[in-house]
Amino acid sequence: MMLKKKYFSRGALTVIAAIFAITFLLPTVLTVTNSFMSQTELSANYGPVFDSLKGGATTYVADKVTLKFIPDTVSFSQYATVLFKSPEYLLKFWNSVILVVPIVIGQVAVAALAAYSFMRYRGRAREILFFVYIILMLMPYQVMLVPNYLVADWTGLLNTRWSIILPGIFAPFSVFLLTKFMRRIPSSLIEAAKLDGASEWRIFTRICLPQCRSALYSIAILVFIDYWNMVEQPIILLSDPDKQPLSVYLSTINAGEVGIAFAVAVIYMIPSLLIFLHGEEYLVEGITHSGSVKG
Amino acid sequence: MKKLALKAISLPKVHKEKPRFTLPQGIKIPDREKLVRMAFLWPSLLGVGIFFLLPMLVVLYYSLIDNPISHNFVFLDNFIALFNNDAFKTAATNTLTFSAIAVPLAVILAMGLAILLEAKIPFKSQFRTFFLSPMMVPVASVVLIWQVLFSHTGVFNDFLSIFGVTPIDWLKSEYSQIVVVLLFLWKNLGYNMILFMAALSNIPRDLLEVADMEGASPWFKFVQVKLRFLSPTILFVTILSLINSFKVFREVYLLTGDYPYGGLYMLQHFMNNTFRSLDYQKLASAAIVMAIAMVIIIGVLFIIENKFGKDVEG
Repeated sequence: MMLKKKYFSRGALTVIAAIFAITFLLPTVLTVTNSFMSQTELSANYGPVFDSLKGGATTYVADKVTLKFIPDTVSFSQYATVLFKSPEYLLKFWNSVILVVPIVIGQVAVAALAAYSFMRYRGRAREILFFVYIILMLMPYQVMLVPNYLVADWTGLLNTRWSIILPGIFAPFSVFLLTKFMRRIPSSLIEAAKLDGASEWRIFTRICLPQCRSALYSIAILVFIDYWNMVEQPIILLSDPDKQPLSVYLSTINAGEVGIAFAVAVIYMIPSLLIFLHGEEYLVEGITHSGSVKG
Repeated sequence: MKKLALKAISLPKVHKEKPRFTLPQGIKIPDREKLVRMAFLWPSLLGVGIFFLLPMLVVLYYSLIDNPISHNFVFLDNFIALFNNDAFKTAATNTLTFSAIAVPLAVILAMGLAILLEAKIPFKSQFRTFFLSPMMVPVASVVLIWQVLFSHTGVFNDFLSIFGVTPIDWLKSEYSQIVVVLLFLWKNLGYNMILFMAALSNIPRDLLEVADMEGASPWFKFVQVKLRFLSPTILFVTILSLINSFKVFREVYLLTGDYPYGGLYMLQHFMNNTFRSLDYQKLASAAIVMAIAMVIIIGVLFIIENKFGKDVEG
């Protein structure tokens, strides 16, 4: 009797988990499968949706929207258009890349140095500084964009990529996370190196960095996801549409180009999905260690 | 070459002479090592100072003067004007409403998912991957599908019409926030779930075993043992979700553009419009108000957590 109940509840839990899993996967899967539909098929399926959205006023359209998983005919023409015929999409993709890559590399490098300092130097001043970093990290964009805008304005960086890249490099998130990783390095390791006469720089490059290689990787992934997805900063700091990343541009593609929009959407998620598949364990480790504000 | 090398070697001798001056008592020069360790912090400190701290002080200053040309102190006038501003009030109400709905759901559902994955079910690691995957998908990539699901002629309406519900355009209705809450949950639950999974695995097994032996009910075990150990995580996930819920403008913007339906007019929309008109006083006072609100909310959460989870922390 007892055993039966146990199996039943296990089955029920699995079903619940499966339902959640399907719900979580559905939007992504649908985006991918829809990207292989031709423009005509998409218009037939969703036409009314995007017309009413972009037309502003809601006009009731009687046609039902049919959600299809599998395209009637697999079409690659929209991918061909995006990749070979209209360079503006690839240009926006490139815009995203040259915004995000310097931020990821820069933020991790600056943070590695700062975190080492926070780990090695303990004192009242450090406590206060670390607290300031945490407060800054917790501030939403609505707050931080105002100082960022002011600096960009003063320095003439407004409407250049640097207005996003520079604040991105110095964002305190990675410092916080890396400090927590580095504090787990056994202090005996560092003391031993010091006794052997190693300089601080040598301890940093030869002991500290190799010890937290996976941490650096997982933080890089987290920073990448955050900035690959960015919308707020480019809208305010980059008024030139030619410099805007794909994330902003995607929302401006109009109804006549739904096929292309799906193809671009898929191309846009490929880098982050590849990173996810390759580095899921690192990502989980990174998230796990972001798990407590204290200590 | 040789000369140079000699010079380098002979240099330290100079320093061996007696110091020419002595420092007044009580002032210590930090030793060289300490300075080197601190030097590692300089790049970050310089950047944080230039891009965040100093301009934040200027923002504070701007919020207290009448305009950037005459620099007259008006103290709280800007803040009073801000609180009388209808657009700000709408935006603040909408954002807070959204947070009030989305944050508790994000915490509770994520905890539920973590507990679900802790149970003995098959394909655990696959489920974890699936739950985590939305985090990696850029919002811009899935808004198309979201529009298909929730538009007037969309799939969601089709489904509801089975139960006799008249179709509405979800994004332009009073329920518009629900659509965004769902997108928010879809995106953020995975991250929160991982945090809870880590916390759950840190609960000492023997404590749960003792509870079992004493004949504790599953509910008692959950409330008295698990929840207490989870409380720091609950706090962190709440703060994190709160910050993320302030970021939800991103989703709204990608779904509906610059001018959404009233219920979706968020604080960031307000800021965008104020940026466009370059009203520095309004921007500055709004930023200061939000910063203070954020600090207060986080402070309160910390106090609550301290009271509740005190007896489990070392």
